[in-house]
Amino acid sequence: MFSIARHTALRQARSSILKASRPPFSQSSLARLLSTLAILEQRDGKLNPSSLAAVTAGTQLGGSVTGILAGKNAKAVAEEAAKVEGIEKILYIENEAYDKGLPEHYAPLLVENIKKGGFTHIFAGHSAFGKTLMPRVAALLDVQQISDITSIENETTFVRPIYAGNAILTVESTDPIKIVTLRGTSFPPSPIGSGTATLEQGTDPSAPAQAEWVSESLAQSDRPELSTAERVVSGGRGLKSKEEFDRIIPPLADAIGAAIGASRAAVDSGFADNSLQVGQTGKNVAPQLYLCAGISGAIQHLAGMKDSKVIAAINKNAEAPIFEVADVGLVADLFDAVPELTEKLKK
Amino acid sequence: MSGLRILVPVKRVVDYTLKPRINKTQTAVDVSGLKHSMNPFDELSIEEAVRLRERKVPVDDILAFSAGPAKSQDVLRTAMAMGADRALHVVEEKEELEPLGVAKLLAQVVKDEDRNLVILGKQSIDDDAGQTGQMLAGLLGWAQATQASKVEVNGEEITVTKEVDGGVETVKAKLPMVVTTDLRLNEPRYASLPNIMKAKKKPLVKKALEDYGIDLKRRLKTVKVTEPPVRKGGAKVEDVDGLIGKLKELGAL
Repeated sequence: MFSIARHTALRQARSSILKASRPPFSQSSLARLLSTLAILEQRDGKLNPSSLAAVTAGTQLGGSVTGILAGKNAKAVAEEAAKVEGIEKILYIENEAYDKGLPEHYAPLLVENIKKGGFTHIFAGHSAFGKTLMPRVAALLDVQQISDITSIENETTFVRPIYAGNAILTVESTDPIKIVTLRGTSFPPSPIGSGTATLEQGTDPSAPAQAEWVSESLAQSDRPELSTAERVVSGGRGLKSKEEFDRIIPPLADAIGAAIGASRAAVDSGFADNSLQVGQTGKNVAPQLYLCAGISGAIQHLAGMKDSKVIAAINKNAEAPIFEVADVGLVADLFDAVPELTEKLKK
Repeated sequence: MSGLRILVPVKRVVDYTLKPRINKTQTAVDVSGLKHSMNPFDELSIEEAVRLRERKVPVDDILAFSAGPAKSQDVLRTAMAMGADRALHVVEEKEELEPLGVAKLLAQVVKDEDRNLVILGKQSIDDDAGQTGQMLAGLLGWAQATQASKVEVNGEEITVTKEVDGGVETVKAKLPMVVTTDLRLNEPRYASLPNIMKAKKKPLVKKALEDYGIDLKRRLKTVKVTEPPVRKGGAKVEDVDGLIGKLKELGAL
């Protein structure tokens, strides 16, 4: 018992030491030559705070950090983003055409502004927006992008997981411009505080878009957002049906104010929406508590949650691989254990 | 109107159920002796191309493509057993191509083979980069729709429902277009024995990188490959009270 607690505490301590002792690149003489363009996201005139991970990465690197925002009310959003700590300047492009973030429009916009600004590093979140946009930008600039990094070694060297997180690759870029997407759980958003960035109008090439936005349908939820939640309650195939998933998982999540996640098996079987999928091909989460029930722990699932601070698992199969990573394991029928847990936590 | 001339790039990767090892010198992932298969997202691409034809969308032909070692032929044969008409293999034994290099190669294949629709997987499960489709669309100046969960073709117009953070988004574009597939798009079929036999007779053209005259020098250098930090499971508890107690002890509740 004791050793487990110690182990977890050690791990936490170690990771915080690592973060604190990360070399400040700004001390390097190169820092003066480094300049980051941080791709900021907005939706319906609101800044997406998770995109501020790009600012965090820029400040870790050292050198100047410029943000870029485009859309109908880009200037208003830029004024909000100007308070973000670490940004020196924000380029805004007011044009409704960029509201939906279509890559056919947006990539030429970024290319123009990158060329004009002479940036050495382009950082964007590895979000749906970043994933669809940045490789297109990279190709237009003839750069090999580095995807989904978890840390920055120095101005040319970056660390990223490969093989569903089963290997950690440290890679050095020889490209003159570094185009990098960031794993959100590894780069906490730079806080909105007392920043005083200057605003400047960016260049708008008004490239024609070949594609047209038709509609969207986003899952409405009062619960915390999965990828940034402090706590996540996740269900798998063991829930047996959508009805049982909906009956058992949400009350537990609500009892501890957690977001809901699911394994691919649960998503494929239609128990839960695809947007809740945690794993290599879904979302990466690293909450304080990841509490899962009826999930066996396939490597693709572990890829998305094994950086959680504390993992707790309920599974009736004592041999399930999830127990190899769980800090706390309970071998029990989830249909008994989860409702009991929910009741006791409500008190 | 002429029909769809579809290109489906496929990649041979370590089977998704296997956990690869890191080599002793920490320079690479050791995949020797491990079972390889078609990248799961590429199976979805082939399946979608074949289903378009089955849904009576006019499809002129489906070309499967792979760049990589001689053994990549196996996945091309699988693609043909699933319904691709023919295959093109760019044989490269020495070096693994980067997404930018593959995209450049594909852009040339698109021109050589007069393609008007490219369907790729959203990512390969080895490198996990998720770049090739978008890069190809950029190089060609084509419309792109990534992480497709639904593809509808209506004449020259394609409507794609995409998986995005928190839900779905629908976009439409006129051909030519690049689409990348997400897990929900379809359920790939198993190749039946008769179709596997038939696939052996379908044409498979082999080419070399030199035939394309494109500079595919790697831009990224591997500094090292290491094991992820090992996470040790803790003890098991007896009951729900034990679970709550332990979580409180760990400061998680």
